[in-house]
Order: sequence, then C-alpha cells, then structure tokens
Amino acid sequence: MSKSKFSVKTIVAIGIGAALFFVMARYLSIPSPIPNTTFGIQYSVAAFMTVLYGPVAGMLIAFIGHMLNDMAAGWGVWWSWVIASGVFGVLMGLGVRGMKLDEGEFGVKDAIRFNVVQIVAHCICWGLVAPVLDILIYNEPVEKIFLQGLVGGLGNILATAIVGTILCFAYAKAKPKKGSLTKEDSTEE
Amino acid sequence: MVNLFNYIDRQSPVHKLTGAAKFALLILWMLAAMTTFCTPYLCALTVLAVLLFRLSKIRFRDVAVMIWLTLVFLALNNILIYLFSPEHGVEIYGSRTLLFAGIGRYTVTAQQLLYHLNVVLKYTATIPIVLLFVATTNPSEFAASLNRLGVSYKISYSVALALRYIPDTVREFHDISQSQQARGIEMSRKENMVKRLTNAAAIILPLILSGMDRIDVVTNAMELRGFGKNKTRTWYMGRKFSTGDILCILLGILLVAVSLSYTLWNGGRYWNPFG
Amino acid sequence: MEENNDIQNRKRTFMSEALIRFEHFGFQYLAQAEPTLKDINLTIRKGEKILIAGPSGCGKSTLGNCLNGLIPFSYKGEMTGSLTIAGKETRSMSIFELSKRVGTVLQDSDGQFIGLTVAEDIAFALENDCVGRDELHSRVEEVAGIVDLQGHLSHAPGELSGGQKQRVSIAGVMVDDVEIFLFDEPLANLDPATGKQAMELIDEIRERTGACVIIIEHRLEDVLHRNVDRIVLMQNGCITADLSSDEMLSTDLLKQAGVREPLYLTALKYAGVKISAAHRPSNIQKMTLSEEERRAVRDWYRNTETTALPAPDTDFLRIRDLDFAYDNGFTALQNINLQIRKGELLAIVGRNGAGKSTLSKVICGFEKPTRGTLEILDRDGYCDLSNRSIKERADHIGYVMQNPNQMICKTMIFDEVALGLRTRGVAENVVKEKVEKALKICGLYAFRNWPVSALSFGQKKRVTIASILVLDPDMVILDEPTAGQDFRHYTEIMEFLRSLNEAGYTIVMITHDMHLMLEYAQRAVVFCDGNILADDTSANILTDPDLVKRASLKETSLYDLALLCDIDDPGSFVQHFIDYDREVRG
Repeated sequence: MSKSKFSVKTIVAIGIGAALFFVMARYLSIPSPIPNTTFGIQYSVAAFMTVLYGPVAGMLIAFIGHMLNDMAAGWGVWWSWVIASGVFGVLMGLGVRGMKLDEGEFGVKDAIRFNVVQIVAHCICWGLVAPVLDILIYNEPVEKIFLQGLVGGLGNILATAIVGTILCFAYAKAKPKKGSLTKEDSTEE
Repeated sequence: MVNLFNYIDRQSPVHKLTGAAKFALLILWMLAAMTTFCTPYLCALTVLAVLLFRLSKIRFRDVAVMIWLTLVFLALNNILIYLFSPEHGVEIYGSRTLLFAGIGRYTVTAQQLLYHLNVVLKYTATIPIVLLFVATTNPSEFAASLNRLGVSYKISYSVALALRYIPDTVREFHDISQSQQARGIEMSRKENMVKRLTNAAAIILPLILSGMDRIDVVTNAMELRGFGKNKTRTWYMGRKFSTGDILCILLGILLVAVSLSYTLWNGGRYWNPFG
Repeated sequence: MEENNDIQNRKRTFMSEALIRFEHFGFQYLAQAEPTLKDINLTIRKGEKILIAGPSGCGKSTLGNCLNGLIPFSYKGEMTGSLTIAGKETRSMSIFELSKRVGTVLQDSDGQFIGLTVAEDIAFALENDCVGRDELHSRVEEVAGIVDLQGHLSHAPGELSGGQKQRVSIAGVMVDDVEIFLFDEPLANLDPATGKQAMELIDEIRERTGACVIIIEHRLEDVLHRNVDRIVLMQNGCITADLSSDEMLSTDLLKQAGVREPLYLTALKYAGVKISAAHRPSNIQKMTLSEEERRAVRDWYRNTETTALPAPDTDFLRIRDLDFAYDNGFTALQNINLQIRKGELLAIVGRNGAGKSTLSKVICGFEKPTRGTLEILDRDGYCDLSNRSIKERADHIGYVMQNPNQMICKTMIFDEVALGLRTRGVAENVVKEKVEKALKICGLYAFRNWPVSALSFGQKKRVTIASILVLDPDMVILDEPTAGQDFRHYTEIMEFLRSLNEAGYTIVMITHDMHLMLEYAQRAVVFCDGNILADDTSANILTDPDLVKRASLKETSLYDLALLCDIDDPGSFVQHFIDYDREVRG
C-alpha cells in the first residue's frame, strides 16, 4: 500500500471516487431554497476519500466528478464551480495530512479536526473561490453570488459534517487493525 | 443500458473529428466566450455554435430534455440577478436609459436589458458546444484525447475509470437504495434536513465500502496487466490528427485571439453602445 | 517412422519440463500472526492442467497470488523457501515481468473489466506496452476471434452476460502470449451451462497455445466436466494430496477436507460400490461400472425406503397475468402466473437476464408491473398488493441481497438488526425484545454487542437475514444465498435456511446452483426469456434434457448415473437419492 502520489491504487481511487462523486451529485443532491444551488452530499465522499488518498487525489476526484456531472446534466460546464470543487479537495487534503484512517484510526480528535478543516475548506471555496471566478466570468451581482455561495457552502458543510463524519467512523471500524488478524479473511473472500 | 452522456453515434463531419481536437475546441471556445462581454461577438459565437450543431446531424429532439433543463436554469438565474440588482447594467455601462419606471427599485433600463442579454448569450454561445461535444464524442475516446492534449496518461486513465464505473455505481446505488427503502429508510421531503442526511448515509455507506473493495480488485487487475510500467502508453481509441482536426484547433485559437484583441482594442470587456 | 518417434520424444521432454517449482515455500502476511502457506513443495510442468482445491481459507488464493506476483508486490509479507518459474526465482522478477508469463483471470470479471468496451479491455495490456495502433487493432481482432467475441468489440460491460465478460478477461491475458493461465474461481459467477462452456473454452485455449493451466476452484464436479491432469488438495496452508484426478476421486480425502465430492460418487457409495481409479471416477461420462456394480445401484434404488417431504398446499402469494417492461421498452417478464405456497422452499432458476431478479423486484414493489396482479394471504384473506408501498410490503415479504455488504449500514450488529424497527417508530423496549429474538433464531445472540466488521461473510449474511426477520415477514426472498461460498459455508447457510423454513417461513431462493436447487428446494420454477418455462420438482427438472438445454441449466450427474445403470425413470431415481441423502445426513 504505497502512498506515493501516483501509485496505480491512487489512480484507481481517483476514478472510482469520481464515479461515486458523480452518482451522489446526480441522484442524491438535495435542492436548497435558492435556485441553482444544492446541498452537496457528494462533498462528503470527496472529503472522506481525501483523508485516505491525499490532496491530489481529492482534487481530481472532485474536479473530474463535478466536470462529468456538468457534462451529463446539459447545463454547460460551470467551470468556476468545477474549479472550486477541485480546490476543496486540495485544501481538505492539506488540512488532514497525517491522519491514519487507512490504518483504521479515527477518534474524536480526528473527527473534530476533519470537521474544522472541512468547514474552513468549504468557506474558502464557496465564499471566495467560486464567487470571485463567477464575478470575473459573468460579472453577476456580488450579493447574488455570495448568497448562492453562502447557501451552497452551508449545505455542503452540513452534508460533509454528518455524512462525511459517519463515513470516516464506519470505515475505521470496518478496517481490521494492523496485526489483529489471525485468519486470512481479508484476502481470501 | 444507461446512456448518461447522451453520446449519439451518427455519420457526420463533426463525429469524424478526433475527441482531442473537439475537446481543445471546447475549452478554447468557452475561454473565448467567458472572457468577453462583446455582445455582437457573443451573438456571432451563438450563430456559429448553432451552425456546427446543424453540421453534426444531431437533431433538436435528441437533446430537447437537456435544452429545457438549461432554459429553466437560465431563467431562474436571470430572475435572481434582477431581484438582487435591478440596475446592475446601469453600474456596468455607466449610463441610465429608463424604459419603464416599474415598482420601487425594480425599474427597467436599457442597460439592464443589455446586461441580461449578455448573460443569456454567454449561455447560448457555450451550451450548444458542450452538448455537441458530449453528443458526438465517444466516451471511450475521452481519455485518449486528454492524454493527447498533454494530461498525464495516468490522470487521463482515471477519467476513463470514472466513465467505466459510473454505470455500475448507478446500478448498485439503485439496488442498495431499494433494499434500504424496504427497511424503512426514506429520502423523501417529509423528513427534516438532518434526518434526511443521516438516512442518506445509510445508503451511501454500503455503496462507499463496496467502492473501496472495488479499488483493491481493479488495482490488482490493472497491475497484473502491466499498467504503469512505462512512461507513456498507447490507446486503442487514439487517432491521428487529420486536416479537419488541425483546422478545428486553429478555429479555437482564433476565437480566443479575437476575444482578447477586442478587449485590448476596446480598452475593456464590454461592448458599450450607450456611448 | 524414426522421425515420428523423435517428435514423440521431444514432445514428452517438452511436457515433462518443470515450469513452476515450489520448494519448501512459505508465506506469511504482514498483518497476520501465522504463516498462510507452509512448506509447499509442488512442481508443475509445461502444458499441464492442474486443479487446486480446498476449503475457504486454506491458502489456495494466496498460492495463486504468489504465482502472479501480487504477492509480494501488492500484499506485503515474508516469503521463505523458493519459487521459480522457468528456472528463475520469482522474487527477483517484477510484477510486470511475471505478468508476461502468468496470465491471471480473476474471479470478479466485473472488476477485471477495465476498459469501457470489449476491444479496449482486450487491448489494455498491449496499450501498456506501447504497441502501435495498427498492431493493437489486428491483435484484438485476432484474439477476439479465438474467444468468439468478434461481434461484441464495441460493447460496454453492461451489455454483456457473465460468460462473455469472462471471455473478455481471458482474451485480455491471451494477448500477452502467456505460458501459464491462472484461473481464480472461474465458475463462481456463471450459470451452469455457461460454466460448462467456460471449461470447454479453457481446454481449447490450452490445446491451441500449449500453455499450462492452473484452476483454483472448489466446485469440483463442474471443473471435471473436462479432464484435468492432477488435483492438488490444500488444507490449512499445506498441500495434503497431489494425485491424478482419478486417483484423487477414489479416495475420501476431498470429502474429509470439506470439498464436495461429485453427487454420482456419493450415490455409488450409498449403493455400496467401492470406487477405485480403474473406474475412472473423475467424469461420469467416461466412468466404467461392471454389470454387478450397476445392479447394486439398481438394488439400492429399488430396495431402500425413503419418505418424501409433504408438499404445502395453501397459496401465500398469487401472481396473475403479470407483465413487466422497463422504461426503455425491454420486456423482462411476460404473462407470469405463479402461486407460491405458504411454508414452502422454492427455487427460481434460469440464466442471467431470464427475469428471475426482476420478478423479485416486482414482488417487493421496487418495480411496478405493467399488467397483472399480485395478492398475498393476509390475516383477513387474500389482498391486493398494488397499492402497498415498498415499506408496507416489507412487513410481509423480506428481500435479502446477494452481497451482505450492500445491505449493512450500521457498525454494530444490534443496531443493524434494529434499523427496520426503529425507522418504523417501534418503542425501544419492543425493539430490544424483537431484535434479540431474531438474533437468537439466526444464532447470533452471543454476538449482539459485536461490531459487524468482526464477522465472516456467512455470519454477515445471517445478520442481513436477521435484519429482515425482525420485521416478521411471512416470506423471505434470497438472491443467490450461497454465491462464492465453499461447501462448509454453503451447508451452514442452507441448513440455516432449512431450519427457518421448518419454523414456518416461506423461503424463495434465486439461484444458479444446481446442487442447491436439487438438495434443498422441493419445487423449482424455471425462467427463460421472461417466461416461466417449467414449474416442477427439482428432480424432474434436472432430468429433462430438453428443458435443461433451453434454460441453460445443467443436468445433474445423477441423471447420467441413472442412464449408466439402465434405470428407466431417472427423475424418481434422483428424487430417491435426495430423500435418502437427507435422511442419512439429517
């Protein structure tokens, strides 16, 4: 299980992570009261997988998943938000460096850190990156863009806080701890 | 079979172009449209996009659903802009030509209308191109195209893997959510937000854990067949550039060049007829 | 003449040349306290075909992973002794170098299908070798021809059957001209007829390429549809026997190790026939029995008494004139009329896509029928299901998915089982009582405070069944309840289902497994292209050659035994065997 940036495993994780991101975005997003803005459950998956596979993987999972979803949906590719998704992955990954979720460790301290990082990352992405890009590209009214960013950002924070945290805890529990196996049940079945 | 990407296999000059050339054009086209507010130029791009659409033999009804979705999206966005800033155009163009007094701050000015026209044109100039790219490019060619355009083959392959596993994940998602519904987990609007999110986790968790297992299997399968052993790789779906492809990329470069030179010549991104 | 001899000799030396050699080989995973492989000594020669059999956890997959290089490349651990391929120590080779010699066909053909289409997947290994475009296309054409996939090159995996996907996997390793083919449980996901074809294809490839074939599988009888040179039996990380297939089958070693012996051998043993290698017991078609031995079988059939199980006769579920079509217009079910009786154990069989799973989805309300009615027996008589939601139907009919990991969404066993009750707003003290009762039925009471992750696959399956039983359904539908399980786990799960059935639950199983159907289902319904093709006892269905062929099933070997022994009523012979076997074991 080497964690070098581009091991085959990381490539596969990016591909499958992006597929999961896509499916969540398409089938599980919950519309918010503000038009064209949804609560993105997909970010909880991106955040969880970023903890496991690092910032580069996180960036690509969110970027590719978001881009493919925009392409399939038909409303054009909304690059400003696609890029912001990618930035979320990077920030998340930098913030959770050194966590050992892949070894089955995820305690209350980790959960707090995970959530602080995700809140900060979402705030930067939807409060700063996406609106600034939107203003540059479309020059839309600042208030409108920030309201969309705020609602979307809050929705994403809430989704990541609940679903993302549950995912991390459940994964840590499902992962057998190092040296605790007596029978080869992880590879044989 | 789920055809999420709406690829429509037909014989047309647009279909014949390589995915790489079309993707390059897509990116350059969007860059050109995003960087300018020159209304006549956006109009020209829209006309050109519609012409290309005709050339591709993709019919309106093939993409009707997507176009309706886009129109709704567009309408809502315009309404929202107007609600927040009914005189946004006045600010931008630095003049005010009142057409109707309206109610309170909700006036109608020529400047605001032009601004809305620009927003609409930004969509109409780019959306046909995205639809066109998706409808005329075989998803199989996508990864090879990215690699062709300089993206590392490993990252390109992760895009291919995403496309490969999206249909499987969709199917698995439906199976899991059905069996969880039988146990009483609902995602309906009846529940409050936190409850809905917790319920979503009950569907997502098995899906994610099975995704994690899949990562291991696919990694093994790829390593057993030599993925990553060389600095480059070839693609079954890769194709050589034809004259058409080169023209296509040149067109893209030209569009961006026009957009940028207009901004430089004009001294700003806006075409301002109000003097 | 002399020249001819020379060729013969050369062929013999070629065959006898050792290709793979394990010498005092051992392996221990990093995370484990004990070695998984211990003192393995095994020589495999060029062109040989070997079956490696053994119960789950015996180390057979680990042995395979040592051959293809996943160990130690992906799974870290400590190797002892020596393993050479063509005289070269594998430790000194990279996984890429090994993959040029050993082609692995994984059990999960969906996981191995990496390309977006058949052609791209076959080309995958060549692409990684930077082979040029023209050669890629011509090689893919050529190999696709060998495995009969020419017409499917542009198809996506979702458009292929399980058998076709497996052929893509085989083609994908064939492009590399490997010397060794390693098949990891090739039969696990195939219907019986397709499994038969797979074994034929493997033989064909071996003849064509002269490659050595290693098959890891516990479904012995199905592998032996075609001859194998040797059977290597593994137990607890050691090789406990290495014999020719005829010799192996004339011993009791397989049975003792927990590998199921072919049914015809069990029948012969019941009849008192002593089996030796001279009978050629590895394949019923080639087996020779003396007149005396055949008479022994006939006598056993005529002279032993068995009692058939009583057949229930109250309808629980009535399906009338049911049609179902998907949104894209594909008709998956047509004119289905079926009664499922209260308290029966029913099998629904047929190839992939025949409509079996669709029917269960319609019954559970996941899909809405386009025509027809469904009625169940409730407290006050029969009532129509059409207006009942998925959740309401679940109070009467439970559905258990094939893979328990797709159902489990809580980390603790108690919570997982309690979920359905809690979402229904049941009071917590009632929840506790009902969950404990369900856990007791499923033999999991002792584990009630354990995390789910600590359980084996079979135990997880039980947790999912408990989480359904807790809602007090009358009927439980199970999709492939024993897929991928070895004989011991298979027996464990099936005996458990039988005990549930005896406790009054109506059990419906969707399955590919002919053994399961024969041994456990009193009645079987055969689906083919969305229609019901037959509805009869399992014994009658599996002894009707015409039906077997049309529904892609496989005749039971007991049928061939009946013919071999001149028994003119194979159906009742098979039924006799099942009843006898149940009484002996029960």
